[in-house]
Amino acid sequence: MIGVRREPQRLAAPVGDGVNTLLEVHDLEVEIPLPHGRLRAVRGVSLQVGAGEAIGVVGESGSGKSLTLRALLGLLPHPARISGGSILLDGVDVTGLPTRRRQQVLTEAMSMVFQDSLTALNPVMRVGDQIAEVPRRRFGMSRSEAHSRAVDLMDRVGIPDPEKRFRAYPHELSGGMRQRICIAIALSAAPRLILADEPTTALDVTIQAQVLDLIDTLRRDEQLGLVLVSHDLAVVSQTCSRVYVMYAGRVVESGEVRELLTGPRHPYTFALLRSVPDPDAPVHRLLTIPGQPPDLTGLHRGCSFAPRCAFAQEQCTTEDDDPQLVPVAAGESGSGSHDSACIRWESAAGWDSDPQPVDVLERHP
Amino acid sequence: MTAIAFPGRTTDAATPRRRRGAVNLTLIAGLTLFGLIALAAICAPLLTSADPIAQDLLQARLPPGSPGHLLGTDQLGRDVLSRLLYGGRTDLQVGVLAVVTPFVAGTVLGLLTGWIGGWFDLVVMRVVDVVVAFPFFVLVIALVFALGAGTGSIYVAISMVGWVAYCRIVRGEVLRAKEQEYALAARASGLPTWRILFRHLLPNVVVQAVVFSMSDIVLTILAIVTLSYLGLGVPPPTPDWGSMIQDGQQFLLTQWYIATIPGLAVVLVGFALALVADGLVERFGQR
Repeated sequence: MIGVRREPQRLAAPVGDGVNTLLEVHDLEVEIPLPHGRLRAVRGVSLQVGAGEAIGVVGESGSGKSLTLRALLGLLPHPARISGGSILLDGVDVTGLPTRRRQQVLTEAMSMVFQDSLTALNPVMRVGDQIAEVPRRRFGMSRSEAHSRAVDLMDRVGIPDPEKRFRAYPHELSGGMRQRICIAIALSAAPRLILADEPTTALDVTIQAQVLDLIDTLRRDEQLGLVLVSHDLAVVSQTCSRVYVMYAGRVVESGEVRELLTGPRHPYTFALLRSVPDPDAPVHRLLTIPGQPPDLTGLHRGCSFAPRCAFAQEQCTTEDDDPQLVPVAAGESGSGSHDSACIRWESAAGWDSDPQPVDVLERHP
Repeated sequence: MTAIAFPGRTTDAATPRRRRGAVNLTLIAGLTLFGLIALAAICAPLLTSADPIAQDLLQARLPPGSPGHLLGTDQLGRDVLSRLLYGGRTDLQVGVLAVVTPFVAGTVLGLLTGWIGGWFDLVVMRVVDVVVAFPFFVLVIALVFALGAGTGSIYVAISMVGWVAYCRIVRGEVLRAKEQEYALAARASGLPTWRILFRHLLPNVVVQAVVFSMSDIVLTILAIVTLSYLGLGVPPPTPDWGSMIQDGQQFLLTQWYIATIPGLAVVLVGFALALVADGLVERFGQR
């Protein structure tokens, strides 16, 4: 049953030892060729997900989080392309496979849930037919088998009276119902991993909680891996055990969710957390991050966040390239280490007491 | 709040919903009118006993309402009503059939070129540009002339020229639709390409092509009329509206109805199809 609430169980499965790892991504690079040069949209992203594990990818618009997800499924928009790195499924590198075969292997293992359920559903096809399509076409089920499979799935994702809703068109359902249909479609392919691209952004808060709860239940019951992309730290912290924070196409910090939320070791994560209102905390001014994300076509020196960073110093811009991710803490019980790509991570303890960050715009016009 | 319903007021509240509602007066009116015209053409032998090609020079150019000739007779004494109905058979048949082939060919090519893109798109669109660069009638007349007059040549000529419009319309729609998330979702679920194209994209992009085909039928009928006028169309004495108008034009000042009645028939068909097109846009159009 879907409606049953379970105790939140955060650290779902251990990762890192490679035995349980479903998907591993190493140094993924995505570039977009432009008339003059190229835009490096994703720059060396590494992730891993185990069966039954949920990881979150957080970042603002343009940080490359959605492109990373789409690259995993071979769905990059033209003319973006993968220009480096490797994708390992069950420890087997699929990057070298011929395109068609790779696409097949990837789509068999993973399903995707999109942000806007209205555009993610075919407007002129009955929702039931959309759920039954993959079982029927890919698994060769008969019409009636596929129909009952679809009705089962609709029941699983908590759609009341699924037999009747089977014949509905997307515009006849509410946003929450539509997103449930999208989840049912994703499940219909019997995936082992679900990629969710901002699955709750288009929903209001109560429905958001229900849909997150549903995703979480399914993940645990079916031992599904989950990659949840969001710009909302709250959503990620509710669902995921590990978080990757992305900025300008790179992972700048990653770690176990509680550790990262309570003790950020990268100024970007720190600033993100300071920009979220916290009803429990004593009143503090919400901070915004000044400036704009960098232009990824140009060359820059040093850390790409430095121009907007309240704690940047001379050494942050003298290096040739962005700082590497380095482990800053061992991490709790095998949930992977806490990594940060800031050369000044050791000074993080003092950031909180920093009375008033300097006006970075003035310093770096 | 009172529980009494005010019929006059509820319509106000219902107005926003009406667009998506079950009743679409424009579409129904258009389909009914076109259906009646088509039915009259199909049932021609039941509606009139007069032979459309039987001449009777003693009864030539009778005005409408004459005994035995409801719409009068033409300059050769042929019954105008009968010629109108049988002419409708010829024109509607050629008009609809000569639209089906370019519709199908253009839609499929547009789907493929929009989806595949790259060099394929480039080649097809340059061919389209070349065809579009010539005026429609010049190309059709040249083709019919080369192929020899007759209904078969008209089909071939109009098909060879007409597909470009559908190709362009559908290609544009595909370019828009293929970046929609439902197309991505279909690709993400590993469905075969042909299925994504024909089951997911086609129903979403074909509406614009269908709407265009309505006016294309009228254009095609006009093309047949024009070709008949130039002696390249339906060979006489087979009745068709084009040759009826041409025959009647020399009597326009004395017996205006000989040319006007088939002209009205063309207008009526155009009106019916325009209503259908508008109704379709209202029913399926982009929101």
